[in-house]
Amino acid sequence: MKKVIMGNHALSYGAMISRSQVIAAYPITPQTQVVELLSEMCASKALDAKFIKVESEHSAMAASIGAALAGARTFTATSSQGLALMHELLHWASGGRLPVVMGNINRAMAPGWSIWSDQNDSLSERDTGWMQFYCASNQEVLDTVIQAFKVSEALLIPSMVVLDAFSLSHTYEVVDLPDQAKVDEYLPPFKPRFRLTPSEPHAFGGLTSPEHYFEFRYKLQKDMEKAPAMIEETGREYEKMFGRFLGLVDPRRCDDAEILLVTSGTAGYTAHVAVEEMRQAGLKVGNLRMKVFRPFPFDKVREIAGRAKKIAVVDRNISYGHHGIFFQEIKSALYGLKDAPAVFGYIAGLGGRDITPSDFGGIVRHALANDRPEDNIVWIGVKR
Amino acid sequence: MKNKKKAERITFRSEKEMPVVPMSIGSMCHNKTGAWRNMKPVINLAECIQCGICWKFCPDACILVEDEWPVIDYDYCKGCGICAEECPTKCIANVEEKR
Amino acid sequence: MKKERTFKFTIPEEELMNSGHLACQGCSATQAMRFVLKGLGRKTVLCIPACCWAVIDGPVPYSCLEVPIFHCAFETAASSASGVKAGLEMVGDTETTVVAWAGDGGTFDIGLQALSGAAERNEDIIYVCYDNEAYMNTGIQRSSATPYGAWTTTTPVKHFKRRPKKDIVAIMAAHKIPYVATASVAFPEDLVKKVKKAKDIKGTRFLHIFAPCPTGWKSRPDDSVKLARMVVQNCMFPLYEVENGEKYTLNIRPKEKKPINDYVRLQGRFRHLNEEQLALMQQETDHNWELLLKKVDAK
Repeated sequence: MKKVIMGNHALSYGAMISRSQVIAAYPITPQTQVVELLSEMCASKALDAKFIKVESEHSAMAASIGAALAGARTFTATSSQGLALMHELLHWASGGRLPVVMGNINRAMAPGWSIWSDQNDSLSERDTGWMQFYCASNQEVLDTVIQAFKVSEALLIPSMVVLDAFSLSHTYEVVDLPDQAKVDEYLPPFKPRFRLTPSEPHAFGGLTSPEHYFEFRYKLQKDMEKAPAMIEETGREYEKMFGRFLGLVDPRRCDDAEILLVTSGTAGYTAHVAVEEMRQAGLKVGNLRMKVFRPFPFDKVREIAGRAKKIAVVDRNISYGHHGIFFQEIKSALYGLKDAPAVFGYIAGLGGRDITPSDFGGIVRHALANDRPEDNIVWIGVKR
Repeated sequence: MKNKKKAERITFRSEKEMPVVPMSIGSMCHNKTGAWRNMKPVINLAECIQCGICWKFCPDACILVEDEWPVIDYDYCKGCGICAEECPTKCIANVEEKR
Repeated sequence: MKKERTFKFTIPEEELMNSGHLACQGCSATQAMRFVLKGLGRKTVLCIPACCWAVIDGPVPYSCLEVPIFHCAFETAASSASGVKAGLEMVGDTETTVVAWAGDGGTFDIGLQALSGAAERNEDIIYVCYDNEAYMNTGIQRSSATPYGAWTTTTPVKHFKRRPKKDIVAIMAAHKIPYVATASVAFPEDLVKKVKKAKDIKGTRFLHIFAPCPTGWKSRPDDSVKLARMVVQNCMFPLYEVENGEKYTLNIRPKEKKPINDYVRLQGRFRHLNEEQLALMQQETDHNWELLLKKVDAK
């Protein structure tokens, strides 16, 4: 069934169609519509779930973890300050091996107060053991939520589905809502491997000495390493049933590209548009839109980006004291590759500043004009 | 309680033997806290009135009731002395632990 | 042996807490757990944040309790319990009692926001605070439950705690939840009765249990029950219930209010107090008692 909905509502519909059972969430601009629609869905029984109107994001994640440990399928959503407030508990969900799925609207971190898009909030959480999916269309958001539940529940690793503030969260697009019966077939009810039940009492998460802690964390990493293949496999299954494939990356015109842009989020779609324009002008340019950031898709990156002569990574984020975060990770993924491309790093769009097709034109021209990067950060559009 | 004393220390030789998440799979009964004692409570059953107070207040739940009489499980008794202190007939003596 | 009598059980016989746990000698937190579990039975799930009980239960892969435990983050006893309750109901279990089991730190201080949130929503959980009047698990630092006059590592003798103990029962009563009660480990029958009463009520129920700590109070391990009894008899810790935020019921009204000195003298944490400071403690106790009696006797 086709419907015109905003990006935030695509998260709500995703959670609904996945038959989420417990939703504990706290409002924060620009996520509020996610939880408002879910609240309505619960009230009208369109969704048979308990909606806990918690008093903070920290409590939202705590309640989500509790519900997941009780064996319920759990969904929540937040953004920036709220995500940061959850930080301690993000570690808890992953270390506790709980398949919570959370929507995060990328919003710049304060101070000063900003409600506009950049990726520092979600990328600051890259070490917490959550899978991270960066979306660029409302359809992708909906499809990703459903697939995230499937992969998370198979691997017992929580997932974050990430949207840009306003340019995705508040943009209305046509979305195909999959048939509920078919989604039920694709995503059966959650079967926990362990849970809180008096019939089989266990204590979860107790004191763990150096004698044991290391092995539990080894297991988490090993399961995370299975994720790229599983994401592709469940993606192919989804494609068979619903006609759309997501996968780990969205490459556009990469096969014969001499210069490859690497992007994520809605800027990735802008880059697709820019690439088509530049190809018209005869430039051999391509765009690798990264959809999955954790687990990092090393094989895909080496296969696709490894072929180009130059890579231009465009980050809507920065790790202060270092460089853009996708830049660092792409560069490290390509290390050691024979004839590895030169990797250029660009930082654009912090605090929600628009990234336009002509910005990408400028980036590509800059990369063309230089054999090797002089600086690992080229600031796009900063008034200096 | 008695069958729980069979609880053993658990050793994992490989991560493959461990559960996927930090959780309990065994009982603390393997831990014989009687080793902590300096003083040992000894009940004089001749004076005991079976009031239930010593059993009730034991923080370690290690006063058992066998055939209607209190029996201290010395494998676990930490020698806190609460039973002796609370006993209304003062029939529990604190005896120095000899090791 | 000689007599044909039976052993007297004034509280349920079944043990849901096993021996071998890691509590100090004379720990009242374990007495509290033992009594509450006897009142609730096996169909119980505990959410235990950072506190002594997070360690007492034993390390992975062991536990000393016969009920499931969710070891949760420090501030989250009430929020975790809210989530657990919702999750259990959604998977079809509407009978298991969900209990948040926290110390005074996780209740009065770092956990207060989550507790207030859960109480305001009237979450269907029982919140039990076992109060040993300081952050004991991290080595005896002051909490807002530490009483006036007490030494702790962060209120050393030269700067002993001046601020009064936070009135958590008043805070919880202000949320208009169905049931709030105080209890003491020295009165197990009263405690178990309150637990059973709470079990049958829907909505947020809060139990404040007085639990002496020999290690943190510098008292004798064998005095723990005695201290928990004296604190009721001298009215420093009255046993009472508040229903729906308004109806006050006093469970024990001492005919003769004992002076606090005997209680104070048994604890090293109060040893530094002079006559004037002890008098202040007595005054505070008397004043609070009068205020409570007004609420109890109000028609």
